[in-house]
Amino acid sequence: MTDAMALERRQMITSADQERLRRQLADTWYVPRGIIGWFSVADHKTIGRRYIITAFCFFVFAGVLAALMRLQLAVPNNHFLGPDLYNQIFTVHGTMMMFLFAVPVMEAMGVYLVPLMIGTRNIAFPRLNAFSYYVYLFGGVMLVVTMLMNTAPDVGWFSYVPLAGPDYSPGKRADFWAQLITFTEVSALAVSVELVATIFKTRAPGMSLNRMPLFVWAMLITAFMVIFAMPTIVTCSSFLLLDRLVGTHFYNPAEGGDALLWQHLFWFFGHPEVYIIFVPALGIVSSIIAAFTWRPIFGYPAMVMSLVATGFIGFGLWVHHMFATGLPALGLEYFTAASIVIAIPTGIQIFCWIASLWRGRPRFHTPLWFVLGFFAIFVLGGLSGVTLASVPFDLQVHDTYYVVAHFHYVLLGGSVFPLIGGIYFWFPKFTGRMMDDGLGKWNFWLLFIGFNITFFPMHILGLEGMPRRVYTYPDNMGWNTLNLVASAGAVLLVLGGALFVYNVVRSYRWGLAASENPWGAETLEWSVSSPPPTYNFLHVPVVEGRCALWDRSADPPIVTGIRSDCREVLVTDVMDAEPVHKAEYPAPSIWPFLCAVVTSAFFIGSIFTPWALPVAIVPLAVTLIGWFWPGKKKERRRDEDAMPVMREVRA
Amino acid sequence: MTDGRHTLDVAPLPTYAFGNRGLIWWGTVGFMVIEGSMFVIGIVVYFYLRLKVTDWPPSLPNPDLRYGTINLVVVLASILPAVISKRAAEKFDLPRARFWLIVLILFGLAAVVLRAFEYTTLNCRWDDNAYGSIVWVLLSMHTIHVATDVVDSIVLAVLTVTYPMTGPRFVDVSENSLYWFFIVAWWIPIYLTIYFMPRWL
Repeated sequence: MTDAMALERRQMITSADQERLRRQLADTWYVPRGIIGWFSVADHKTIGRRYIITAFCFFVFAGVLAALMRLQLAVPNNHFLGPDLYNQIFTVHGTMMMFLFAVPVMEAMGVYLVPLMIGTRNIAFPRLNAFSYYVYLFGGVMLVVTMLMNTAPDVGWFSYVPLAGPDYSPGKRADFWAQLITFTEVSALAVSVELVATIFKTRAPGMSLNRMPLFVWAMLITAFMVIFAMPTIVTCSSFLLLDRLVGTHFYNPAEGGDALLWQHLFWFFGHPEVYIIFVPALGIVSSIIAAFTWRPIFGYPAMVMSLVATGFIGFGLWVHHMFATGLPALGLEYFTAASIVIAIPTGIQIFCWIASLWRGRPRFHTPLWFVLGFFAIFVLGGLSGVTLASVPFDLQVHDTYYVVAHFHYVLLGGSVFPLIGGIYFWFPKFTGRMMDDGLGKWNFWLLFIGFNITFFPMHILGLEGMPRRVYTYPDNMGWNTLNLVASAGAVLLVLGGALFVYNVVRSYRWGLAASENPWGAETLEWSVSSPPPTYNFLHVPVVEGRCALWDRSADPPIVTGIRSDCREVLVTDVMDAEPVHKAEYPAPSIWPFLCAVVTSAFFIGSIFTPWALPVAIVPLAVTLIGWFWPGKKKERRRDEDAMPVMREVRA
Repeated sequence: MTDGRHTLDVAPLPTYAFGNRGLIWWGTVGFMVIEGSMFVIGIVVYFYLRLKVTDWPPSLPNPDLRYGTINLVVVLASILPAVISKRAAEKFDLPRARFWLIVLILFGLAAVVLRAFEYTTLNCRWDDNAYGSIVWVLLSMHTIHVATDVVDSIVLAVLTVTYPMTGPRFVDVSENSLYWFFIVAWWIPIYLTIYFMPRWL
């Protein structure tokens, strides 16, 4: 490792130098155009934008499905939707929201923002980033197509066996669910490896780990959670596919398999999954509060440790989804305790945020309103969660609407509200335009009031015994009024969602032009133009404090010596971000897209026949080799000067 | 612009780094953790299913030890070419790195061929019962890794011949050996699980 002090020097840099550098960087870090170009892009901002837009399209689709459900449930004995269609709708609603919206959109915020926040030019392994987007897209399209062809999965978003097994779910519906998992998890795992490598190894000099923005910490911990949790569900869903396609017996009790094995494997992933959705939102909340109080978040070390603790403890809770399965009492007691303990780090974070707001003088723009909505809704959801952690109570309300209320409170309150606040917050950076703040406040109140009217009654409905996943209910159960109220609230939610989309589209075209840093925030993405240039930074900065922009000195140091005639980035040390070496990132390429096409064809084919594997091997190998084959000119002319003399190659 | 700007000039730094100082290592290790998690789950499922029954394997004979054990020896022996190739790459010794990479590939091909024989002497089918299912899946998960790494290594070996070697290419050869160590290391617990757990439990 080179001592950074030895690299410091004073250099004269004229404006002509700057201009030449700007032109060369724009030339090198070009984003390809045209049809082939569109599929060849490897820029994290472009891919991140595509991910976010695609995820919101799935959000709208799944939201429409929810609206249909609420229409069906508004009155008893309703026949707007038949039972089979209803089963498909609630399954696709849940599956799409969890796998195609919530996780990808959070990862996408990371993909776009993390390289900017840590002061580098692109995400690590940029072609893998592109590949992961296409795989995600094709998986989502597959699910939508099944919905349109009356062959959508209909066994709930967690697809329990034996219902989802070959005996009780003939046809291919459950297979589409299981393979969708493979699509989305391959995509998420790839992005997570990129994020870990990017965050650990490509931070700007001076950004030691204890100077990283809290959003970056949140994405780092999320990436680790994905890496440790998602292999389990890939395995779990693959076992289901094998049971259904080639006659294995993992979940078949008659041949030594076990239905509870599914539940263990699924929830070992499934519980961290909700923290994977939640932890990035915690990072978004920290970013927003700091920007709108103009103060660093109170208690940075406690905040970081809380995020880490949440990540760890989140892996020890999964059996609380299985309290009604007859497992031994000692085990259940452990999981009750762990499920309550996890409230502690989150509580610490909330107190730190309250302290931050208390000390500062908050400016109440739309993003901060959504953060306040998060506080109210998420805390209520957390409280119902603590009640559910108690086994006797859970046994009464398991599989009722009480649980539905709980998880919508924590998911919408804990993730969607901060996410929408985050969109309002970072929209100027993404697009160069401000979203309308007045419409934003209407947006907030419609969603906040609509949400509570829709979901609060569900706590009571659950306590009164209304089960989940019923397509209708009888007239004499006493559930009529609350269901009608919940459906009325859903109307407000739909209006709020529509207003959000309207605000986004309208602001994109006619919003006020945004400067570099319209909020006066402190992280590095706000030091570049809105939207950022393709190369992110004219000069990679040297970070001087935890709030990169607020702690900048009068003569902030910059990094020079990174080549601008090829896609070179600086690789730094994990702990202190001292410069170690330079790496060249690959140019845009069509191969990741082609590889994603082949991979997707293989995944879909293997739903129907095991022969898909031998057929796919050669095309997969071809596209992978094309992807990794080194480019011609750029690498050859580089770097012999930095290498010791090699022995000559004999032909 | 003012003159005498305070800068950190990284021009003298190299364009590659071996091991965890470099970027590729982190991607490789990331995938090792993912695949390793899947192997762990596979072994956990094996033991979970074992606890469900009294007779193990249920109504089936034990797997034959021969090919699995020969493969174990082959795979452990392949550590040697992997180590030599890695060290040669880190010294930029192209002929030596390339030669031992090719030797590694030959060991890998032998392992794949032996694996085909292993399947025939497992004495169970994947659709016999849950035991058969998990044994076939455990073995297949490992087989897929061996096969893809052999292909990877072949492509890399071709590149060392057809392509001028730069620092990052030598790092690739070194990282390739690292991934091979991972594959070898996991064969040990999987071999013990498949071949000895029926005899010990």
